[in-house]
Amino acid sequence: MAESAARPTVMEVQDLVTHYGTRLVLKGVSLDIRQGEIMVIMGGSGSGKSTLLWHLLGLRRPTRGRVRVLGKDINRIGAREMQELRKQMGVSFQGGALFTSMTVGENVALPLREHTRLDESTIRIMCRLKLEVVNLGGFEHLMPSQLSGGMVKRAALARAVVMDPPLLFFDEPSAGLDPVVSVELDELILRLRKAMNMTIVVVTHELESAFKIADRITVLDQGEVLLVDTVERVRRSDNTRVQDLLNRRPRPVEMDADEYLRRLTG
Amino acid sequence: MTESRPGAVMSFVTGVGRRTLASVEELGYTASLLAESFYWLFVGPSLRQPVRHSAVFAQMMEIGVRAVVIVAVLAFTVGLMLAIQGIATLRTFGAESQVVLGIALSVTREFAPLITGVLVAGRSGSALTARIGTMQVSQEVDALRVMGINPVRYLVAPALLGMLVMVPALTLLADLLGLLGGAIYSRLELGIGLSAYVDQTIDVLTVDDIRQGLLKSAVFALIIALIGVANGFTVRGGAEGVGRATTRSVVLSISYILVADMLFTYFLNR
Repeated sequence: MAESAARPTVMEVQDLVTHYGTRLVLKGVSLDIRQGEIMVIMGGSGSGKSTLLWHLLGLRRPTRGRVRVLGKDINRIGAREMQELRKQMGVSFQGGALFTSMTVGENVALPLREHTRLDESTIRIMCRLKLEVVNLGGFEHLMPSQLSGGMVKRAALARAVVMDPPLLFFDEPSAGLDPVVSVELDELILRLRKAMNMTIVVVTHELESAFKIADRITVLDQGEVLLVDTVERVRRSDNTRVQDLLNRRPRPVEMDADEYLRRLTG
Repeated sequence: MTESRPGAVMSFVTGVGRRTLASVEELGYTASLLAESFYWLFVGPSLRQPVRHSAVFAQMMEIGVRAVVIVAVLAFTVGLMLAIQGIATLRTFGAESQVVLGIALSVTREFAPLITGVLVAGRSGSALTARIGTMQVSQEVDALRVMGINPVRYLVAPALLGMLVMVPALTLLADLLGLLGGAIYSRLELGIGLSAYVDQTIDVLTVDDIRQGLLKSAVFALIIALIGVANGFTVRGGAEGVGRATTRSVVLSISYILVADMLFTYFLNR
């Protein structure tokens, strides 16, 4: 996407440092996400990619650094501004996080019911529309426990986009799904971007899916950004840690004899 | 050995310190939940983020209406028990007829609020912890947050309001059923007629007795709701964590209810 450089930045992470207790998780992450692009944040387990997502969503407070979403520093703004900002962000969680006490339809309708003053029949039509988009038309009366894994994710996606947010976040779209369903979900993400022109941030460890949907990829490893670039350039990168990740090579275990002895003897 | 002694003392002191800090933190967290709930109840509507009536009614159904039968049965049983024990004890002084006074005061001031509180803690306090804890574990609480729906407004305020209305209401019911239980046994054992019993009871009871019981029950309602939600939100560690939090919530609620009851009784009877 050559023209993407000219687009405005909608999210900006500057030198983000975070701790989990005393453990350093993100070691100064910086990142720009531009309007209308699909940015995939990729990395192995423990790379800090989920932590980065929590910070983009404003669910955690960083030790240092800034996160700006749509021009606002989300750790500085007041509760009401954050509230307004959150209406502009849709999130689909790894496990779906559908409310188990409500039907699929009620789940999708919840943001509309809480944030708008639309009448009930309009809300119902809008929910059905979104459910049709994710191929779940006619399933609105089912409870989340009656859905399969792929359907849960699609329902969660419908709930995430029901307010037509300009920003969409997707945590591990293909986790726990069979390959066919996960490819379908990738297609769905691409279709959504095309139809609604959203900026989409996807966190995943699935290479295939990342290469398929991404405009740009951020490769995260042990709390550091190794690379932020287009799919092609990431593939051709000569960074060994990136190549290790791409070729599924196990990380070399660095052994420090003294350290090892100290750990054993405690 | 000589070396390990200061180590043991230190680790004991550190442990005490850590527990104290944790307790203070929990107390502060609970207090902030209370304050935030009232904020949403009173200020929410003007921010166009009201606490939903439907959610409050759902909680009231669950906490109050579904507990009516069991509260009635237990309060009736306690009334019977008080009458049996009271008559047996007072017989040694030959003052059986004073049992009406004993039952009237014990039921309205003590047993009705206490039985109701313990029962609601076991039924609804635990359910509250389990529900919020499960939502926490499955990221549903995070989902609410990122949707811009404040979890305290959406989950805590309705439960708190439901408790504050329904626990005193159930206590009133328990008052009536407890007195009825006492009346029926007194009639069988001492031959006191129902209308005479009612007249005597009305004679000895003051508005203040009922009010004391209701005041207590409102405090119990706060205790159950706050301990229930605080334990739910702080669940860590999956299904096992939810189970642990639920147990803790019930044990803590009942303990605090008993301690609060004792303190109330002490200060109100001085």
